[in-house]
Amino acid sequence: MKNKSLVSINDLSREKILSLLETAGKFEENPNRRLLEGKVIGSLFFEPSTRTRLSFETAANRLGARVIGFSDAATSSASKGETLKDTIMMVSNYADLIVMRHHLEGAARYASEISPCPVINAGDGANQHPSQTMLDLYSILKTQGTLENLHIHLVGDLKYGRTVHSLLFAMRHFNPTFHFISPEELHMPEEYRVFCRKNNIPFTETTEFNESIIANADILYMTRVQRERFSDLMEYEKVKNCYRLTNAMLAGSKPNLRILHPLPRINEIAYDVDDNPKAYYFQQAQNGLYVREALICDVLGIEVE
Amino acid sequence: MNTNKEALQVSALCNGTVIDHIPADKLFEVVNILDIPSMTTNVTIGYNLKSRKLGTKGLIKVADKFFTDEEVNRISLVAPNVVLNTIRDYQVVEKREVKMPEKITGIVKCPNPKCVTNNEPMTTIFEVASKENGTIKCHYCEKETSIEKITLL
Ligand SMILES: [Zn+2]
Repeated sequence: MKNKSLVSINDLSREKILSLLETAGKFEENPNRRLLEGKVIGSLFFEPSTRTRLSFETAANRLGARVIGFSDAATSSASKGETLKDTIMMVSNYADLIVMRHHLEGAARYASEISPCPVINAGDGANQHPSQTMLDLYSILKTQGTLENLHIHLVGDLKYGRTVHSLLFAMRHFNPTFHFISPEELHMPEEYRVFCRKNNIPFTETTEFNESIIANADILYMTRVQRERFSDLMEYEKVKNCYRLTNAMLAGSKPNLRILHPLPRINEIAYDVDDNPKAYYFQQAQNGLYVREALICDVLGIEVE
Repeated sequence: MNTNKEALQVSALCNGTVIDHIPADKLFEVVNILDIPSMTTNVTIGYNLKSRKLGTKGLIKVADKFFTDEEVNRISLVAPNVVLNTIRDYQVVEKREVKMPEKITGIVKCPNPKCVTNNEPMTTIFEVASKENGTIKCHYCEKETSIEKITLL
């Protein structure tokens, strides 16, 4: 049998997702478990991402593993023209597990097929970033007590936002209702609307973002509206402040509402929201540690008591 | 329509395969997909032949060669309505229609420039996403693409 890599959230069944989230809960209770004593983890960041790398490397350290690798391609042999395959084969001689981030889409799938040791995808271009999706799911489960029957409002860049697409796919197991809130230029691509219809996932779409639109939300998932996504900069100037959440907009929201954001934010969440107990984005990022500990143990086949 | 003449063309083959009803503009793509330039047996290629169904069509006759389903189904990517006649002893013993394969290895180029397959020396793999809509999905970057828009490697 091929090793158990984690490449795409779409490869995980409902049962697998739930069992990984349960393991993550055990790590939240006690993150320091030296289950990986004597193991070496290769942390290969062909593209820099400090946030994700620190989270994975902290997870590895708290599990007692040692970490080797590089934090951007300039310091790796990839900058000398070495193929991805050769780098993966070299590192797999030393490591028990490879955590990799790469700007090319499909890079992690390819690596998982050629590597003798398991691979965890820490982001492959605009394609997949399963540990982010898992920490989003963990945050939803933890704050709502369930993943079932929730109203999830996705706000901002729904066209290029990898995190919202993966969340949409992962939530198909849990009977959600989605609300897509975005400017015309950045609305949800057709393939995801087709996906919703095919899976009987109800959804609404609007360009309006205001207090009444979010009144029935259980989860408000905010994303960055990035200037470089716009072909027409006039259009960007027009919409950039329309998808900005302020504390005043939360006055009529449900008590169980929680606000998520993959971070870093620019200005799409006003600072006055930070003190509202419904703001959850900083804890959400912290949950990444527990989820990544769970994912590492899972691909290495290590039981967590 | 002179069916006798055409029948003569087809039956001129003793053993082998006649690939018929190829849209004329797809003929040379089919020739490449079947790797005909590397064959050593007798091959006849008909181009711009008159066809009642297609207007003009292409036709390929390959002596002493019988294609596997896998080889045949690759043709469906460019010409889904092609018919294969297996000839034994001057007789058509089997007529096969091509079917879209579930998995396409190594013939289609991924249209996504950021896909790993366009940047590493490796083989492309596509899976059928939707038969009705004629879309295939890259096994690596997971992007879907319409069969009509594909380019071959
Ligand atoms: Zn691709």
